[in-house]
Amino acid sequence: MHKATLTRRHWAGSCLAALADAACSQGRDRSAGASQELTLTGTARVVIARDPGLRAGGSVDGTRLVNLLDRALQAFFAVDKPSEAWRRIVRPGEVVGLKVNCLAGKGASTHPALVEAVCERLQQAGIRARDILIWDRLSEDLESAGFRIATGRDRIRVMGNELIGYEDELSSWGSAGSLLAKALTRISDAVINLPVLKDHGIVGITLALKNLFGAVHNPNKYHPNAGDPYVADVYMLPPIRQKVRLAICDAITAQYEGGPSYMPQWSWPFNGLLVARDPVALDYTGWQIIEQERARRGLKPLKDVGREPKWIATAARHGIGTNDPRRIERLEV
Amino acid sequence: MRLRLRLAWLLVALLPGCSRPRLDPFPSAQESGGWIKGRVRTFEAAELWRYIDGDAERYLQAGIERTFSAEYRYQERLEAVADVHCMRTAAAARRIFEWEPSTGSRPAPVGEAARSYGTSLTFRRGRYFVRLVAYADSPEAGPALLELAKGIDARLARARP
Repeated sequence: MHKATLTRRHWAGSCLAALADAACSQGRDRSAGASQELTLTGTARVVIARDPGLRAGGSVDGTRLVNLLDRALQAFFAVDKPSEAWRRIVRPGEVVGLKVNCLAGKGASTHPALVEAVCERLQQAGIRARDILIWDRLSEDLESAGFRIATGRDRIRVMGNELIGYEDELSSWGSAGSLLAKALTRISDAVINLPVLKDHGIVGITLALKNLFGAVHNPNKYHPNAGDPYVADVYMLPPIRQKVRLAICDAITAQYEGGPSYMPQWSWPFNGLLVARDPVALDYTGWQIIEQERARRGLKPLKDVGREPKWIATAARHGIGTNDPRRIERLEV
Repeated sequence: MRLRLRLAWLLVALLPGCSRPRLDPFPSAQESGGWIKGRVRTFEAAELWRYIDGDAERYLQAGIERTFSAEYRYQERLEAVADVHCMRTAAAARRIFEWEPSTGSRPAPVGEAARSYGTSLTFRRGRYFVRLVAYADSPEAGPALLELAKGIDARLARARP
């Protein structure tokens, strides 16, 4: 994995932007964004944006968080304004689903302040409030993480799958056979994936790929063999592949052991966000960050404790993205 | 025959422990140094994944009956969650307790064995494994969690075995 210089970043970003704009102007589906990046530039970009001063007096500073989000998106798309970045992800008139991760309650879930910042930027990009849906597996998960359930059609909606429902027909790919959440299939035109950077006691880590377990009715069936190939196979279900356009990983507080539940004793303030279109590249990068922290704390690598996330390599073989460090352009801003 | 059935039913009904739905392990503010109890939930073993996802597997493997969970607030400054995992045996509770790394912890005076990690605390008593987690990195979290733990422990001691 390499760190690109500012010059290369701007050059690659400009090429990417021009090509992506050309593709969009020809009416092509933006859901192909990740694979276009791989094809056209030969690399998958992962931005790691950090702000050591993100916490003021123990709580997250909302203004600094918005600035951090802007910095991350602008670096990812190599543009000068946040609105330019968001217009490359969504179009006015689309319904945008924000798939958060709230299983662990307040400690290790997607921060509501981050989601609020995303909603603000989406609206500035022309998305109406009523066309934004914040969703997760269960409404009580959302509430535990600090969200307030909202079902009115005239505002930003916040709902769990149990309120919206699942499809009646089974969707299947490889080892995966599930009923998909209607939040994904019926309501959202585009999905922004908002996972959390954390350890998982069975499948090793849970980041962008595994966060879509929240879009199926039976995630508990997919944990054998440390999640391989299930995590990759679930992500292959067509509506997931077609609709997820970007991952913004909440790494404000990260966890290197004891997940997915919140364990403050095994968490650390990373004070950052990871942004990528390629979920495999993002998960590979996040995995390395967690391994580095485990090593720093004297813990064994995940492989040595039987939790190596082999499903990342499986996802790469499926063509979802790349786990080859030589093809991951890691930008730290 | 009917009398035997009735007697057997009565014996089952009188069996102590967490199989009885009326077990309430969560203390009031008076019993816990001022912690105010909020939402309380119960998860049967088969539904535990809805609460802690993949983390449920190791509890299932160790042998769990159900989990009680309560949210607490302390003087409008601290929020915490208390999980009481009711295992089938004391050995199962010990196994879960020992499974967790003790690095960074110190013993705490509650239950039959306890570890304080500052903003979290775990202890076991009989077949109960208890975890308390505070959602603020504050110096008062440790002492306050210990008071809550003692309140829960007192209730569990009365509910044993």
